[in-house]
Amino acid sequence: MDAQSVKTLVAIFLAAILTENYVLNKFLGICPFLGVSKKLDTAFGMSCAVTVVMVIATAVTWPLYTYLLVPNGLEYLQTIVFILVIAALVQLLETVLRKYMPPLYSALGIYLPLITTNCAVLGVTMLVLEKGAADPSFGFVQSLVNAFGSGVGFLVAMLLFAGVRERLEDCDIPETFRGLPITLVAASLVAVSFLGFNGLVDRLM
Amino acid sequence: MDEKKSLWQEFTKGIIKENPVLRLILGCCATLAVTTAASNAIGMGAATTFVLVCSNAAISLLRNIIPNKVRIPAFITIIAGFVTVVQLFIKAFSPALDTALGVFLPLIVVNCIILGRAEMFASKNKVLPSIIDGLGMGVGFTAAMLAMGIIRELLGAGTVFGLPILSGFMEPIIIFLLPPGGFFVFGMLIALAGKLSKEGHAPESTACAHCPLAQSCSKISEKQGKGAAE
Repeated sequence: MDAQSVKTLVAIFLAAILTENYVLNKFLGICPFLGVSKKLDTAFGMSCAVTVVMVIATAVTWPLYTYLLVPNGLEYLQTIVFILVIAALVQLLETVLRKYMPPLYSALGIYLPLITTNCAVLGVTMLVLEKGAADPSFGFVQSLVNAFGSGVGFLVAMLLFAGVRERLEDCDIPETFRGLPITLVAASLVAVSFLGFNGLVDRLM
Repeated sequence: MDEKKSLWQEFTKGIIKENPVLRLILGCCATLAVTTAASNAIGMGAATTFVLVCSNAAISLLRNIIPNKVRIPAFITIIAGFVTVVQLFIKAFSPALDTALGVFLPLIVVNCIILGRAEMFASKNKVLPSIIDGLGMGVGFTAAMLAMGIIRELLGAGTVFGLPILSGFMEPIIIFLLPPGGFFVFGMLIALAGKLSKEGHAPESTACAHCPLAQSCSKISEKQGKGAAE
């Protein structure tokens, strides 16, 4: 692997975290972002589980699509196949973790069933294929790096936002805005700060 | 007479009292992402309504056949089938809408409104009420997205459905089309809907009770509660 391709991979990784952040830029995975970000440790556990599932799901669905669905002209089955693969995968991961890695299971296990219907996971498996269609050099390795970066980006957004929300708890907020409205306004401000990264990665390339 | 009245209630509850977006806070990803233009909001709303009505009808018909243990995967497969139908239909008849909605079209599969209604309503009720319930929820979803789409398009681009309204009157505020504007307008609309509702305030968080995965969710909130006590 030469220096140029390593540089590209780093750029893909950083872009997935900062400029194409799944939560704050693409609106994927908003439910856990709003629901599980009240405390730092649960936000961390949920994001780790999402990252793991994202990488494994991409590693399974990418070859499945490229070597099984496309040669047989079955691209239109993508949605059904992907959601079933992800559901089965999450179930399998839960069973394996419970049997062989109980400490990890007790840390991440409770989040796993939630991830089946997390749009960020289904989103990443489809978006990497879209990118691959637009740019033939965006292959399997690039897709995996993108998936991992997206997971880390999710983690960064969740942790930042959990910090913001812990501060919000002590504030005196007008009654109309208490609960979700103020949370969304805070999310809007965090998203503004992520706009500042626009253009950063293009310079790296 | 009575039956008609209750069907009508089934229909209107989704639009006002239990509006899926503004009162139950379901399907936020799609709501935030596609409401940069009013026409996208309508397209997404219509696609989701179609899937909701069809999947509610199919699941209600099959409710006595699907074994309880595998009901969630079965529901997801049925929903994914109808989503594929919509996807192919839109690709064929409106490629522009297909490009505008992008990945959010296949992501209707994981829209919690649909799985939530399947679990909460269609798997327990007869076919006709299930269809009406799906229709009401779909119209409520579309109406909320349309309201958001109009506000964001008007402030962010100065147009509504592509017609220039604010030209010469004020400069468009582009940030309303960007992600932060989406979060902001959504927050404001939820606050307004909460103020106007009977309870007089907005919901505390997303409506876990309406989600089929509520069981694992409540484990997390237990853990959160424990964390707070420590």
